[in-house]
Amino acid sequence: MPTAFTVTSLPVRIDETLCIANKGCTVCVDVCPLDVLAIDFDKGKAYMKFDECWYCMPCEKDCPTGAVTVDIPYLLR
Amino acid sequence: MGACLTLQTHTRTVDVLVIGGGTAGPMAAVKAKEANPELNVLLLEKANVKRSGAISMGMDGLNNAVIPGHATPEQYVKEITIANDGIVNQKTVMAYARNSFPMIEELDSWGVKFEKDETGDYAVRKVHHMGTYVLPMPEGHDIKRVLYRRLKRVRVDITNRLVATRLLTAPDGCIAGAMAFDCRTGDFHVIRAKTVILATGAAGRLGLPASGYLFGTYENPTNAGDGYSMAYHAGAELSGIECFQINPLIKDYNGPACAYVTGPLGGYTANNQGERFIECDYWSGQMMMEFYRELESGNGPVFLKLNHLAEETINTIENILHTNERPSRGRFHEGRGTDYRQQMVEMHISEIGLCSGHSASGVWVNEHAETTVSGLYAAGDLACVPHNYMLGAFVYGKIAGESAAAYCAQTPLAEIDQAQVELERTRVWAPLSRPDGLPPLQVEYKLRRMVNDYLQPPKVTRKMEIGLARFADIGQDLEHLSARDPHELMRALELHAIHDCAQMAARASLFRKESRWGLYHHRVDYPDTNDDEWFVHVQVKKIDDAMHCFKRPVEPYIVNLKELEKTAYQRMRIFKDAPADSPNQVGIESN
Repeated sequence: MPTAFTVTSLPVRIDETLCIANKGCTVCVDVCPLDVLAIDFDKGKAYMKFDECWYCMPCEKDCPTGAVTVDIPYLLR
Repeated sequence: MGACLTLQTHTRTVDVLVIGGGTAGPMAAVKAKEANPELNVLLLEKANVKRSGAISMGMDGLNNAVIPGHATPEQYVKEITIANDGIVNQKTVMAYARNSFPMIEELDSWGVKFEKDETGDYAVRKVHHMGTYVLPMPEGHDIKRVLYRRLKRVRVDITNRLVATRLLTAPDGCIAGAMAFDCRTGDFHVIRAKTVILATGAAGRLGLPASGYLFGTYENPTNAGDGYSMAYHAGAELSGIECFQINPLIKDYNGPACAYVTGPLGGYTANNQGERFIECDYWSGQMMMEFYRELESGNGPVFLKLNHLAEETINTIENILHTNERPSRGRFHEGRGTDYRQQMVEMHISEIGLCSGHSASGVWVNEHAETTVSGLYAAGDLACVPHNYMLGAFVYGKIAGESAAAYCAQTPLAEIDQAQVELERTRVWAPLSRPDGLPPLQVEYKLRRMVNDYLQPPKVTRKMEIGLARFADIGQDLEHLSARDPHELMRALELHAIHDCAQMAARASLFRKESRWGLYHHRVDYPDTNDDEWFVHVQVKKIDDAMHCFKRPVEPYIVNLKELEKTAYQRMRIFKDAPADSPNQVGIESN
C-alpha cells in the first residue's frame, strides 16, 4: 500500500557536543522504558528514533554528561 | 528489513519465572529467592529493570499505609470495601492490610525513605474519606535503585528487553512457562518454568488521552495490558474489568493532581469559582463521578487550587511534585505559564484503563496471589485486589514470590506442548514477513479512538455493541500488521493485547446490567445500583476459544459494615448550604 514519510517534532534532544556514545556510553538507551532512543554509529551519538515518549526523564536524569533534554511533546505543550 | 534479520529460537528452563520488573515483580523475585535460595528465579522485563514500570522515576508517597497507632487492618478493609461499593474479596484486602506495616518496615530497612515526625514516628496524613493512610516519601525517587540492589544481592537472574506474549500451559491446564521475543533482535524465547508470576502492570494504553498523543497516558505506556491478555489466553479468570480506571489529572499532562501530596498541605480540588465541591480527594468511582459532574457543569472545568497557600508550603509541594513520579510536570507548567502561586491548575479526567492498583479491574487472585490457573500467580496493578497501589504491589509481590516458591517444592516441571510453541512463534514473527501491511501505530490510534468513542463512561448499551463490532473489524486488521524491525514488532504485538483488553472491557461492561462505582461503571440505561442481582463479581474467561462473562459470588465478609458506613462514599459532595453538623462526616470505628 502507499505510505508516507511525515515529519514529526521529537521531545528528546541530544547535545552532541556533550554526548559520549562514541566512547561506548548507552545509558539513555538502556534506561528508556519505551526503547525509543538509539545510537547513530556513524556519528557516535545518541538520538531519538521513535516518537513514543512518556517524558518520564530517566534518560535525562541518568545521562552522565547532561547531554539529554526531555521536552514536553508538542501535542501536550 | 524483516528479511535481513536472522531470527533464532532460544529455550531455557527455570523454577520461577517472574514476568515484569517494575514494582511487584522485583519483590516477587526477591521473596521467591529468599524463601529458597536454591531456586532458579528469572525476572523477565520488557524494558530495563533499572527504570521500568509505574515507578520508573520513583513515587511521592504511600496511599494506603496501615500503620499501628494510625489505622488498623480491620478499619482499612472496611474503607476499601466501602470505596469499592462492597464488591471485594475481603480476605485479599485483609492479606494486604496485615502485611502493610511489616512491608513498610522492610522497605525502610532496605533504604527506602519515608517521612517521619520529630519523634521518629511515621508522619501519616489523612486523605481518605474515613481513615488515615497516606505516608509521604519526599525522597521516593530512589526506590527503583533500592530494589535493583536487592535483586543483585539475592542473585536473581534478570533479562531485559524481552517481551512476553503468551503463557505455556500443560495438557492438564497447569502452567508450563511462557514465550517471549527480544525487541532488539526479534529472537524468540521459550522459557519453561514450574511457576509463573505475572506482574506486568496495568492496561494503560486502552483509551486514548485527550491530547491524541498515543504515549501520553497516565500509566507507563509500556504497560499495554500484556498480562491481562496472557492470563486470558491461558484460561485464567479476570474480574471487575468493567470497573475501569479513570483518574483526575492535570489537563493535557498525564500527572495526577496529587491530592495525596497537596491535600494534607491545604490544597484541594475546586470548581471555576475556586470552591470545594467534594469533601474528600481520595480517588474512588464516586469521587470521579462528582468530578465529572462538576467538569461538565456550568461550574466547570475543575481545578487544583494551591494559590491560597503560603510560599514555603508551595515550595514544599513543588519540591515533591517536580522531582518524583512525574518530574517533567514543572516543565509542563512552565511552558503554559502556570505558577501554583498565581493560578489554579486546570484539571481533566484521564483516558480509561484497567488497573486494580487504582480501581478493581484485574486478574482474579486469592489471598495467596493464586490465579485460577494452577501454578500461575499475579501481583501488582494487574492482580484484582482493589485500590492496592504501590504498597499493595510490594505486599502481593511478596505473597506471590513465597507462594510460588512453595509450589515449586511440590510440583515437577510440566511438559510443554510443541504445537503451542509453533503457533505462537508464527503469530509473533508474522508482522516481520509482511512488508506491505498496516503500520502498528496507525491501527493503534484507530483502536484506541474507538475505545474512547464507545467505552468511555457514561456507558450506553448500544454504543458498546457498536464498539464490539468495530473491534471485530480491527481484529481483522491485526492479521495484516507489518513491522519493519523488532521495535515495531513490539508495538504490533502490544496491539493484540490492547485489542483483547478492549473486548474484555466492552463485554464485562455489557454483562453488568446496573450502575456501580460512580463514573467507573456508570450505565446510562441502567442508572441504579441493583444489589439484589448484581452484588457479585463479574468474571471474564476464555472458554472454548470464546470470551465468556459470568457471576462469582462475593465471599462472606470477615469485617462487617454498619448500614451508615456502607453509603459513606456516596455522600461526598459538598452542598453550599449544608448545616454545620452535616451527616456527611462519617467516622469509622477501629474495632
